[in-house]
Amino acid sequence: MTTHSTMNKDTLLWMYSTMVTIRRFEEQSRREADAGKLRGMHSSIGQEAVPTGISAHLRDNDFVLGTHRSHHHCIAKGVDINEMMAELLGKATGTNSGKGGTMHIADINKGMLGANGVVGSNIPVATGVGLSAKVRGTDQVSVVFFGDGASSQGVLHESMNLASIWKLPVLFVCENNRYAESTPFEFTVAGGSISNRAAGYDIPGVSVDGQSVLEMFEVGGEAVARARRGDGPTLIEAQTYRYHGHFGADDPLGYRSEEEQEYYMDRDCIKQLTAHIIENGFAGEDDLQSLDEKALAAIAEAVRFADESPFPDDADLMTDVYNTYA
Amino acid sequence: MVQAQAVRQLSYIQAVNEAIRQEMERDETVIVMGEDIAGGGDREDKQDAWGGPMRLTKGLVGDFGRQRIRDTPISEAGFVGAGVGAAASGLRPVVDLMYVSFFGVCADQITNNAAKIHYMFGGKVNIPLTIMTGIGAGTGSAAQHSETLYSIFTHFPGLKCVVPSDPYTAKGLMIAAIRDNDPVIVFNNRQLMGIRFDVDVPEEAYEVEIGKSNIAKEGTDVTLVGIGYTTKVCLDAAAELEAQGHSAEVLDLLSLSPMDDEAILESVQKTRKIVIVDEDYPRCSIASDISALVAEQAFDYLDAPPRRVNPPHAPVPYSRPLEALWVPNKDTVVEAALGVLE
Ligand SMILES: Cc1ncc(C[n+]2csc(CCOP(=O)(O)OP(=O)(O)O)c2C)c(N)n1
Ligand SMILES: [Mg+2]
Repeated sequence: MTTHSTMNKDTLLWMYSTMVTIRRFEEQSRREADAGKLRGMHSSIGQEAVPTGISAHLRDNDFVLGTHRSHHHCIAKGVDINEMMAELLGKATGTNSGKGGTMHIADINKGMLGANGVVGSNIPVATGVGLSAKVRGTDQVSVVFFGDGASSQGVLHESMNLASIWKLPVLFVCENNRYAESTPFEFTVAGGSISNRAAGYDIPGVSVDGQSVLEMFEVGGEAVARARRGDGPTLIEAQTYRYHGHFGADDPLGYRSEEEQEYYMDRDCIKQLTAHIIENGFAGEDDLQSLDEKALAAIAEAVRFADESPFPDDADLMTDVYNTYA
Repeated sequence: MVQAQAVRQLSYIQAVNEAIRQEMERDETVIVMGEDIAGGGDREDKQDAWGGPMRLTKGLVGDFGRQRIRDTPISEAGFVGAGVGAAASGLRPVVDLMYVSFFGVCADQITNNAAKIHYMFGGKVNIPLTIMTGIGAGTGSAAQHSETLYSIFTHFPGLKCVVPSDPYTAKGLMIAAIRDNDPVIVFNNRQLMGIRFDVDVPEEAYEVEIGKSNIAKEGTDVTLVGIGYTTKVCLDAAAELEAQGHSAEVLDLLSLSPMDDEAILESVQKTRKIVIVDEDYPRCSIASDISALVAEQAFDYLDAPPRRVNPPHAPVPYSRPLEALWVPNKDTVVEAALGVLE
């Protein structure tokens, strides 16, 4: 993946394609789950702009670490969707050889150092990745995504402090999608702001409209540049929204209102970017439609690839527990 | 075999729920803390939107209110530790640790505080804390959401550990745990929550004694020891063995700490053969512990070496066919039993 760090037509169309691919991938994953081919997954629909705006600035050898809800992080970082779909179906050709599944997708060649099912668990790991870049003297950056719920884990606070005193190239990116399972974030986050907490650790804390990929792009660009310069970490709180239930089975209207859903869905990230591209003449509706069709074709190919792939061999149960073990 | 229908059937989930409700009614110092145990935050029209990770606490907030049913931030170190402090100072808290694999986040509070305070403080402070946690593979949840890990906690002096095997024991052990003056961890296997059991669950509150096992099925040729979900696996295996002409006794362990050594030894003295079926990792496991117990204290009675059935020494894989190989099942137990029966 080449970076798209200059805002131009190419970058806009890359962001558009990326977000549409994520959405179509998630819609298909849901269908696969409904068909019983995987047992549930955390949909990222609604949150596509957050990793897309940031990953535009990242190279293959920069690192991204995710959460239980990470399909969008993976796709934005350039992970192959055939291998992702195969992983969801538990196939040997999957990113993780079928051993990890939806909550653990990783692809080291693309700098995707893994989704993680334990809330908050990846935050210090990403801090260590930043430490590694610094000690090795590269200008790589480490980006960790986590939820509003995860912001209440102690490790976030320990990690922000570490990254600040050691001036590590880390982006702490909170996707505040308003809920942790059914719990509204105001109920558990004292003071009502996550970005404000950066002040206590003497690092920049930015709140940004996570439904606007253009704003995500701008804020992400500054934070990545700051990290590459060696000036240290940034905490970004992206205000976003998950459109579906937490895990798929729950009805979100059990804990939130239709008006609230409409408010966010009206400001959908793909809709907004489409309008921006068309209104400013970067591309026409036909161009976007052909990108849509390409995304759909790619998803169809991913399903075909996954379906036709074999399950792991029984012997694979015991491989990769260690490198050597005698 | 014709069986009478159970008089009062409850699901495992309903049984746990009823246990907590009855103890909260009986004792106003009982409170419950955990993530989304009610749900909906403070939105008045959205109360109880979740009802706990497995719906174990559904409906409680309506009856007992937010003061006693407390949805927490995702801060296990914080709220499990707060459970210890609340227990030390007059409450009888129940803390929900959604999945046992998350214990790593709050291990210090469990192993250094909950387990040791009573002893370190010369027996002058009690920690009547109950931690309930979800365990078990077989649900396609991969390595971080499928472990059992009860042997880790059993290792620590000061903690009591119980593993119910059906709705009857789930209710009785939960009530016993809440009433106990020591910290008790209740391991609830998620596969048991999806099974219909034909067992009678009395409506009134009752305790299943912590530290006692139960003979789930009598037999004469081999003892199968089950823990939680594997008790069901053992019962299925016993039926199969029966069909092949072997009489298997199934001992439902129920309590890991304290453990009912006497009942295990008694059974093995009768059958002279033992297979221990444990869903935890094999090294340093409960199965190993029981195997050592039997080897040390019933050696002369044994007709065959004790046999352990555990998953392999590997994390839980995601892929369905691999996961099916990982979890002990009826066939692996039958095979092990036939092995000791020759
Ligand atoms: C340490 C830990 N505690 C609890 C859970 C169960 N859990 C999984 S996702 C989730 C909610 C996470 O909310 P948030 O961080 O806002 O992320 P979102 O789901 O909104 O993307 C919870 C409680 C977990 N996986 N890990
Ligand atoms: Mg959230």
